[in-house]
Amino acid sequence: MDFYFIATSLIKIAALLAVVLGIMNYAVYAERRISALIQDRLGPNRVGPAGLFQPIADAAKFLLKEDFTPAHVNKFYYWLAPCLAMIPAITTLAVVPFGSTLFGVPMVIADINVGVLFVFAIASLGVYGIVLAGWSSNSKYPFLGGVRSSSQMISYELSLGLAVIPVFLLVGQLRLTEVVRYQIENGWLIAPFIGDWGNLHKWLLAIPMVISFIVFTIAIFAETNRLPFDLPEAETELVGGYHTEYGSMKFGLFFLGEYVAMITGSAIIVTLFFGGWHFPGVPDGSHGWGWGLLNIFIFFSKIAALLFVFIWVRWTLPRFRYDQLMRLGWVFFFEIALVNIFLMAIILAYFPQ
Amino acid sequence: MAITVSRPKLNFRERLYLPAILSGMAITMRHFKNMLFGRTKVTMQYPEEKWDSHLPEHYRGAPALVREFICPPRAIKIIPGEFPAGDKFAKVEKYPHEFDIDMIRCIYCGLCEEVCPEQAIYLRKDYAITGFTRADMVHNKEKLLEIGGVMHGVVLKWNEKK
Repeated sequence: MDFYFIATSLIKIAALLAVVLGIMNYAVYAERRISALIQDRLGPNRVGPAGLFQPIADAAKFLLKEDFTPAHVNKFYYWLAPCLAMIPAITTLAVVPFGSTLFGVPMVIADINVGVLFVFAIASLGVYGIVLAGWSSNSKYPFLGGVRSSSQMISYELSLGLAVIPVFLLVGQLRLTEVVRYQIENGWLIAPFIGDWGNLHKWLLAIPMVISFIVFTIAIFAETNRLPFDLPEAETELVGGYHTEYGSMKFGLFFLGEYVAMITGSAIIVTLFFGGWHFPGVPDGSHGWGWGLLNIFIFFSKIAALLFVFIWVRWTLPRFRYDQLMRLGWVFFFEIALVNIFLMAIILAYFPQ
Repeated sequence: MAITVSRPKLNFRERLYLPAILSGMAITMRHFKNMLFGRTKVTMQYPEEKWDSHLPEHYRGAPALVREFICPPRAIKIIPGEFPAGDKFAKVEKYPHEFDIDMIRCIYCGLCEEVCPEQAIYLRKDYAITGFTRADMVHNKEKLLEIGGVMHGVVLKWNEKK
């Protein structure tokens, strides 16, 4: 029994959970504030300085509301569905390296060598939460919302998986810490030519990498049911969609589960394309715990920047119609991701560096 | 008769959709920055700033004194009574003994103001009227007379001799 490993893992789990739940609450506040500023109005600015205690008020509201169970629902699945919406989103964060090392302890909870496959496998479980929510509610609107949402998520999981295969063709391993290490040595994958401007090979590599980034980001938007793909939650079409029949903490779990899924998706995008915890000029944690902490801070700042982009896009684009959404997922992005894999394979085979 | 709307032909840059999305995002970013740096002043922070000094002319607030059957939500209840003799208003036909306006049911439509033959009711610009119970919000005659201020403008009734 390796007590050192178990003890440090437990501390890392507790710390990461605390940080992610804190970021989730403030992501809700950030969403309300930023969406308001984009729409030429102010957001919540009364509770606490500039409204910063608003998430605490929201959390207290959700906890103190009456947690009802309607009589017409299928009780077991009704209770299970919100858990299945929130748990996969948080569990996926176990393999993401959120820092370099701190006091010699690597800042990743589980450095498994099938890193990204774990991510995709657990993210697929999120579909169950929505399907069960829609089905167990025994009502028209949640049923339609659940069916639409599950078909949307399954379609975009295809593009999600295929879009990042070029990254792994280049790095050679599925382990996420290896991907970060490769990016530290060879430049961030979104723009591998930065810092090495003369290297033509890197410029050539940037083409499949940028296509991969775009397809993956759009697939993450679709996976988290976020505009412009938020037809399952569209209030104008489906009342509340799959969470119509839910109230209080169960609704809170769905609502906050969506934000945690956004945070997890951003974490994966940052790890694969933006260099993880690395910033040029900042050494890793083996040079001192101050640098280790700075690396963790850099990682979460990148996630915050990506969350801002998520919110920004939400208030820029109109919603897709359901058939347009399905067409994009099955015809457009699937083909582009496949062609991208071939393109990357050709570049690696015929233009070795 | 079917009208065919032809779809416009998109050039390559338009078919990518991404340049259009990016220019849209630039527009929203401009709104965000203008709001963040205070260049757009649209929202009024309520308890700190009030608009009492420049309420628009047609703003309808609390009714200050009327007609029971014209009121659409039946917010007004009148119990008519007779005048005691010798009262200086004895020549008026009807005099309300009790009347109550339920401020919660009132929809501030102003029909009672148009209809009143005595021009005794008019809507004012009070909007911050609150109470703790539903019973508190039923304004009876004493309270209305207490709220009722001076009417602005010409009182048409007093111009015609009856």
